[in-house]
Amino acid sequence: MFYPPAKNEIKQMLETMGISSTEELFSDIKQEIRSKPLRLEKGKSELEVYEFFAALASWNIAGAKNFAGGGFYDHYIPAAVDELASRSEFYTPYTPYQAECSQGTLQAIFEYQTAICRLTEMDASNASVYDGGTALAEAALMAVRITGRKKLVVSLGVNPIYIEILKTYLSNINCEVIEVPTIKFSDSAENLLKSIDGQTACVILQNPNFFGSVSDFSEVCEKAHSAGALAVGSFYPVSLGILKTPGDTGFDIATGEGQSLGNPLNFGGPYFGFMTTKRKYIRNLPGRIVGMTKDVSGRRGFVLTLQAREQHIRRSRATSNICTNENLCALRAVFYLALIGGRGLENLARNIYSRTRFFRDVLSSSGIKIENENPVFNEFVVDTVGKSSVVVYKKLLEKKFVGGIPLGGFYPQLESKLLVSVTEKTRKEDMEEYAKNLSEILKR
Amino acid sequence: MKTIFEKGRAAVSKRYFPDGGFEEKAFAEKNLLRSKPLALPELSELDVVRHYTRLSAMNFSVDKNFYPLGSCTMKYNPKILEKVALLEGFSNVHPVISILPNGAEVSRGCLEVLAGLKDALLEITGMDDATLQPLAGAHGELTGMMIVSAYHKSKGDRRKFVIVPDSSHGTNPASSVMAGYEVLTVATDEKGEMDFEEFKAKMSREVAVVMMTVPNTLGIFNRRIKEVCDLARSFGALMYYDGANLNAVMGKVRPGDIGFDIVHINIHKTFASPHGGGGPGAGPVCVKEHLAKFLPSPVVSKTASGKTFLEYPEKSIGRVAPFFGNFSVLLKGFAYILLMGGDGLEKVSETAVLNANYILSRLRKFYRLPYERRCMHECVLSAVKQKEKGVSALDIAKFLIDRGFHPPTIYFPLIVDEAMMIEPTETENKQTLDEFIDALIDAARLAESNPNIFHSFPTKTPVRRLDEVCAARNLKIVFEERNAG
Repeated sequence: MFYPPAKNEIKQMLETMGISSTEELFSDIKQEIRSKPLRLEKGKSELEVYEFFAALASWNIAGAKNFAGGGFYDHYIPAAVDELASRSEFYTPYTPYQAECSQGTLQAIFEYQTAICRLTEMDASNASVYDGGTALAEAALMAVRITGRKKLVVSLGVNPIYIEILKTYLSNINCEVIEVPTIKFSDSAENLLKSIDGQTACVILQNPNFFGSVSDFSEVCEKAHSAGALAVGSFYPVSLGILKTPGDTGFDIATGEGQSLGNPLNFGGPYFGFMTTKRKYIRNLPGRIVGMTKDVSGRRGFVLTLQAREQHIRRSRATSNICTNENLCALRAVFYLALIGGRGLENLARNIYSRTRFFRDVLSSSGIKIENENPVFNEFVVDTVGKSSVVVYKKLLEKKFVGGIPLGGFYPQLESKLLVSVTEKTRKEDMEEYAKNLSEILKR
Repeated sequence: MKTIFEKGRAAVSKRYFPDGGFEEKAFAEKNLLRSKPLALPELSELDVVRHYTRLSAMNFSVDKNFYPLGSCTMKYNPKILEKVALLEGFSNVHPVISILPNGAEVSRGCLEVLAGLKDALLEITGMDDATLQPLAGAHGELTGMMIVSAYHKSKGDRRKFVIVPDSSHGTNPASSVMAGYEVLTVATDEKGEMDFEEFKAKMSREVAVVMMTVPNTLGIFNRRIKEVCDLARSFGALMYYDGANLNAVMGKVRPGDIGFDIVHINIHKTFASPHGGGGPGAGPVCVKEHLAKFLPSPVVSKTASGKTFLEYPEKSIGRVAPFFGNFSVLLKGFAYILLMGGDGLEKVSETAVLNANYILSRLRKFYRLPYERRCMHECVLSAVKQKEKGVSALDIAKFLIDRGFHPPTIYFPLIVDEAMMIEPTETENKQTLDEFIDALIDAARLAESNPNIFHSFPTKTPVRRLDEVCAARNLKIVFEERNAG
């Protein structure tokens, strides 16, 4: 919907320009390359468009009880988050280049940076990057820049989709990736320690890992530091309500998928990646950063700062090519964190943990084996005892369960393993019914 | 204004989810636990809502202000797009189900949206296949450059350079470097186009790709664009079309017809999706058939009978994002295309170009026009004349803020001194354009009569001019009580 000027207005405008038709404005495009009229349908009315999409939306699975996570979780979003994010003063501006008329966005980002730093106990945060996967890839590139080394030690406890993104990002800069396998779905400190040496740029970890196992990586971080390498991690932000923080553990760069903080699943996006680091590495961070300052009359105000790192100034020597990030999604996260509060997030994390324990107990008492050796927070691996987890998944789908993630698609040797997760939306009855159905399927 | 961390603690208990009747359990392993409590605000919902509502009122935004920020295409987006994106059948779908068994059935509605958008983009650009994964324009560029690299490597050809005109966005050289290339810059000639002779001299078999923004950041359409493509091809190089300015030429010319091999599209600029104060966007990449096998996996495709399915290209560069990109942004883009239709999109470009030229023709008497010719969807003027009086492009920008207009992009492109890059878009009416033009004429006159007054602008904003040097030197990027200042 645009504003087509009225005929007489077009005439006035053309007269002002001293030309007779709009077509003349396109005269630089030579006839030989001109396009034929686009073969697209004629424009539709608003109602037709709405009905078209409402019909498509109804074709997607809805109302199923969801046990699939894998780094993306179906959390409840307080109504006030949607309400605040739907203010057009937040969603229709752009990057706050002109600080004086963008203080709302700038201060909100500053508060986001603060909230994320408090959550992770890290020193500095940028204003967000695209998603958790690209955040981890940018963190790896940052470690390569800082250390000048090109060997990356990556735990196979990291989300396999993130490892794929990481490898894509590294494919043209000649880095060596050393993959460290997990043992019983848990990170092996011994294997990780062995893999770090004087050539290592960074060790890349995830907590809880892709399979749900929780570890204390303090020792691995220490080893990395003594080898002159950086410790890089990806974290599930909701778990940080109770779990040991990356700052406390000794990580140098902590990233993660921010979706769980007030953003809907949206079939894969938009989400946002959070990215934090220690004070000494701030100037190596990619992306926008907001800083607090004063105006000419001494009043507090906020501006984009350290822009000399960025592509629009440094071009080929920038820390990254990133320009637009995921501002609105990051704002949703700060709205969410401010609403739910510190105690609220801690309670949420405790509650999810209690639900997970219940779910484990229910499954165990139905004779289903849980595979993780380490403790788990919200997600874990169950054994489908020789049965293909794909077949099990399909049978559960018939019963209106999205029954988890069959791991064979990521790791062929894990064909009979299913990754299941819970959130605060997962009800007791659903867990009991799920356990009953799963054990019946496995017995058959 | 006080930050949310400085508000008094409220002894309120908010209940956003039930405890569910589960027995409370705690981790036995203390070494795995957070050692200090999480210091986030503890406020009532009203306190939080009021805080952010007040902050929102401190922003200029498209819904409230004319926002001619050049290169960013700050058009108005119809509200139906927001309504469509909020449909539960879209917003509540877990992406992972699409790649699991029966995925194409249980997420068919979403995949249809993606396939429909892809078809429309291919028609608009004249290309053969596309990935919708990239999460922003610059991410699309990076994806495109990785495809370039994979293409040359597959032929056993290790090329070193990317040619980029000096009028390009900073993302072009930055993306090239991230894909492992060195950048060769070509200067702009006196007509505002890439210097053809210099280009010819720099072209060689070592050049992997030529990256062109069309129209360029001066708002100028390169009249020799086809010759550029032909010359690059004769050296075995690929042609990359940065589609940041595609909104100028929809239905007029298609990158694929000119001879480009790769195009990225900024869905949020060319079509629609509110810019969110700095994202999210979406940056699909369209390619010609010979590059389809390198696209990121998976690709959403349709069978001959119209059934959607996921394809895994044989020589894929890998994933650049977890699933199918920023789905709800893509959804809004597709809904916009359906609202406009093919004829409507052509009108969008015509009106955008008409509006920009109208501004240019009325303002050229007052500001220096660095390249004496008409423009496409945006015009670049220079405040060098005003600068002689001591009034910079920045001063003029701050003057405009007091008049209720968001300023144009300033000091970009870098090749124009005191640049003011104005992109009105097609959604503004003549009256708004006239008011904006009159404000800029007033600024030019005031620069003659009272240049000193400019340093005080803006005066009507919540804060006056901010000290950016102090912000960078005395870095405060998180709130701490001790440096609250």
